[in-house]
Amino acid sequence: MAIRHYWSMAVAAVGFRLVLVLFGGDLHLASRPEVSTPLTSLRRLAEGYWLKQASMSPYSGSMYHGSPLLLSVLGPLTSKRSGGHHSHIYCSLVFVAVDFIAAMLIRSTGRTLQMARNRSLKSLDLRKSVNNSVNVSAGDTASLIYLWNPWTIITCVGSCTSPIENLMVVIMLHGACSRLAPLAAFGYVMATHLSLYPAILILPVALLLGYGPDTPPTKVFLQKGLSANKIDMSDNGKGTSQKGFGQFSWKPILHFILWVFIWSCYVLLLNSIILNKVGGLQEMFEKTYGFILTVKDLSPNIGVLWYFFAEVFDFFRSFFLIVFNMNIIFMVLPLAIRLKHRPCFLAFVYTAIVAMLKSYPSAGDSALYLGLLGLFANELAEMQFTFFLFFGYIGVSLLSPVMHNLWIWRGTGNANFYFATGLAYTCLQTVLVVETVSSMIKHDRKLRLLTKA
Amino acid sequence: MVPPSTAQRLCFLSLLLLLLLLAAAASATADAAAAEEFTEELLLRPLPDRKALAHFHFRSSAPPASAAGRHHLLFPKAISQLVQKFHISELELSFTQGRWNYEQWGGYDPMSTNNAKPPGVELWAIFDLPLAEIDATWKNLTHTLSGLFCASINFLESSTAFSAPRWGFKLNEGNLRYGALPREAVCTENLTPWLKLLPCRDKAGIASLLYRPSVYKGYYHSQKLKLKSSQSLGIILDQTLTVVLQPNTVSGKQLHSTGGQLQPSWSMEHLFSKKLSGKCLVSKSSRVFVEIEKGIVDNVDKAGSDVSWNNDLFVLSTAPDRSLKELDNLEVQSSSLYEYDVNNYNNDKPLNVGITWKLPLIWSCTRAPYHASRFLMGSGNERGSIAMSFLSTGLDKQLVDSSNDCSIKAVVFQVVPWYVKIYYHSLEVFIDGNSKAISEVVDKIHVTPSEDKLLPGTMEMLLKFPCSMQLATLTLDFDKGFLHIDEYPPDANQGFDIPSALVSFPEFNSSRSYPEADPLFVSPLLENFKEDGVVKSYTEVLLVPLTTPDFSMPYNVITFTCTVLALYFGSLLNALRRRIGEEERGLKKADKRRGLIPLLIAKLRGQKVDPSESESTSPASLLRSKLLLKVVFVAVVAIVFHYLSNS
Repeated sequence: MAIRHYWSMAVAAVGFRLVLVLFGGDLHLASRPEVSTPLTSLRRLAEGYWLKQASMSPYSGSMYHGSPLLLSVLGPLTSKRSGGHHSHIYCSLVFVAVDFIAAMLIRSTGRTLQMARNRSLKSLDLRKSVNNSVNVSAGDTASLIYLWNPWTIITCVGSCTSPIENLMVVIMLHGACSRLAPLAAFGYVMATHLSLYPAILILPVALLLGYGPDTPPTKVFLQKGLSANKIDMSDNGKGTSQKGFGQFSWKPILHFILWVFIWSCYVLLLNSIILNKVGGLQEMFEKTYGFILTVKDLSPNIGVLWYFFAEVFDFFRSFFLIVFNMNIIFMVLPLAIRLKHRPCFLAFVYTAIVAMLKSYPSAGDSALYLGLLGLFANELAEMQFTFFLFFGYIGVSLLSPVMHNLWIWRGTGNANFYFATGLAYTCLQTVLVVETVSSMIKHDRKLRLLTKA
Repeated sequence: MVPPSTAQRLCFLSLLLLLLLLAAAASATADAAAAEEFTEELLLRPLPDRKALAHFHFRSSAPPASAAGRHHLLFPKAISQLVQKFHISELELSFTQGRWNYEQWGGYDPMSTNNAKPPGVELWAIFDLPLAEIDATWKNLTHTLSGLFCASINFLESSTAFSAPRWGFKLNEGNLRYGALPREAVCTENLTPWLKLLPCRDKAGIASLLYRPSVYKGYYHSQKLKLKSSQSLGIILDQTLTVVLQPNTVSGKQLHSTGGQLQPSWSMEHLFSKKLSGKCLVSKSSRVFVEIEKGIVDNVDKAGSDVSWNNDLFVLSTAPDRSLKELDNLEVQSSSLYEYDVNNYNNDKPLNVGITWKLPLIWSCTRAPYHASRFLMGSGNERGSIAMSFLSTGLDKQLVDSSNDCSIKAVVFQVVPWYVKIYYHSLEVFIDGNSKAISEVVDKIHVTPSEDKLLPGTMEMLLKFPCSMQLATLTLDFDKGFLHIDEYPPDANQGFDIPSALVSFPEFNSSRSYPEADPLFVSPLLENFKEDGVVKSYTEVLLVPLTTPDFSMPYNVITFTCTVLALYFGSLLNALRRRIGEEERGLKKADKRRGLIPLLIAKLRGQKVDPSESESTSPASLLRSKLLLKVVFVAVVAIVFHYLSNS
């Protein structure tokens, strides 16, 4: 069931962004800690570009920590122009386009997922029983959520480079879902290059390429196959047709690895050309990945790590750096084992975990996983605590600017006020991740029970 | 071994002494001209705002090290060791309290360009070393000076505190290091070690005037130590102390019959509560100067009288030994100097130079072409901007013909600590309120951006202002950094100081010349005035408040954060581990394997055990009743035993 007036709503979202960009004046969103982090701030990018124009390394000084590619693409757009518009208007227009493309890719990914789902349900003869409850077009929902999410909008308007990072992750997922190894590899290499953390998405991408899009667990098919075999023992031909599901094919993965290699060589080559004579790749890795992993900048953001590392005793610092970085990796394997039949959902969970635990989180990261959440609208229809989560997110996004204002601008509150909203936000995300995972597991179990019955 | 007898020892010692004496005599005869010298001088000057300036100048010089060996007669050994150890070719260290008032006390004379210093400690040094060794040497030097002058100069050791300007401060080949501590409190504990470097300390000579309460009561005082060393000249150590004092005359406000207010008349005794009773005996020359500024000289000329020590406007309390005319670099007479030789005064006849005004007089000093000041803009603790303004003083109108394309150059040098993160691309220039393109005004710019916790940001800029300009403003945006709790000073909420910026005007020279002085008259003070001096002025120190975390919270933050992360980890792992099917099966099994006691309770309550169960498992129920009997039996036995043992 497709959403009516989809196109008008999508166009309205784009129009809304354009109105904000062109006529909103300077909303000072670029300096909000929720929107731009030291990694994604466009103002820092402009500084890096200025340094590069002055034939210095863009990484000299602790201002710029992004990719040299962004520098050469967006840098020329940040230079000051005379006129009434605020300086980053061209970049903002680029980001509007980027957001729209990302939404379209999410939509088509959703359609692929929907088709796969319908196919597998059909083969399980469960179409009626499941579809009776809910059936919305996941792609349309997800892309509309992505387009109309207030956080995506402020990220897009607030001049930071997160929309591009998000687009790369979406490209990767789209490529993997449609089994386009080169595209998936491009998205993977770029996303990893831009913000490092998407590196752990290699597992879901490999599973997507190997198994195909999300399906109910293999066990269900085996069960179905067994019962089918029991029912018509005489008809031997049917049993073999079920074996098509759950087969892992290595060919696309090898393709993918080859393309990852090609793209990363290409990206590194481009970077070294851009950074020629003004610092090298070594400095780039130190200033981007090193900066991400060692949490050097202690300016406040919506996460909790900034305050933690501002307060923690110096001799514990390295220990906690290791613990917090490992914390992301620890969960990769258990999740992959349990959810290997749903790689797309696995990718969503990974993005959510990364958005929660990364060193410089921003609203843009949350915008991405909230958009992807829409892809599983049918499976997660029976999720618990949705009311609590919805209003929790609203509450945090209203309280966080207030607390920041009290602390930084008015001086009537202190850092703990703002940190408390960060803590609450992390808790909310924890609840969201845990609830989505457990309700997805429940959904799979329900499917199994339905096939058994 | 037989111990040497006392006679032998004495003999040996006397021989040694003789040798030493011979060597000293030989060196003295060989380098009679290049012996160690010490001179002491004092310059007094009335200031337009009813204050008085006193400038002490002590010069010690040592011949090249090879000639004199390691021994010194007058020259402080600590300094010569320092120069030798750290291979210093030039060094300047200043301790300053208060701000030099460029508007009232002058901005275009040798006094202000050489002796007006930024508040706190300023240290720069040029090393005669390979570039790779300089940073390490600088660090050692800061520690040595810190010990020598009882000051926290060692804070300049950290790489975040010093910088290496190339041309904005002083032209060099990368062997100059510059550091400033604007918050250093300067007081008498810094003056005492400084005086220890003088051969007579403050016991005799001009330094005996340094009565601490009157010096530290002043509006501005700056003690400076300047070292120059080279292979050919040896070491020259200039120690200067510049103080601006309010003369504490008894009749503070004297009204003249004409209605105007007389300037306060003062003498040495008023300023320092002491008279000068002779020179330091080892000094080669000991002089006191009184400088009468151009503004007064012009007024005297206007009044029609001769500029002598006793004229219509003022009278000096003692007749000078000599008077000198001072010419500025445009060969215009700028001021008159009256010299007193302290040799001619002693305990019985102490020197007490003073000035007594006869008529009310208002004059102004010569000022730099632009009055530079620096201030902060913006509110809140997240970001702000630094603005620098150049206000024309109208000097250029007199000096330069105002043709259309004439321009005045200004060099700006500023060091900013790393926690003030400057966006150099946000540099904006406004001339007379209109925004100008950067390329129109900024001729040359060299920036070393700051690295977090590693390097301060250094900016050197060559600006070119049109002559007709009244006011230029430069703005730079910055973000305020957030520090680790250990990096905040004890009084974190006071804010952080940004050291003064230095503005110099390379086209303006403040050097003076003395055409009337005979060539034999040598005065290190006036030699310094003759030196090529670019007009410089320091801007204000800025105080940036930075936001603070809660200093009492580290344990709470650590526990809260870890709890939240553990919550995430535990609950997600639990959600993954759970298998609802198995749990349900497990529950059923547990139901089937009902224990004895629940069964008992059920029986006692009169409930019927599941009929289907009891029917289907009749042997089991039989077994259970037997078990029950056994239990009852054991219980009865226990009670009986208990009863018997108790009774």
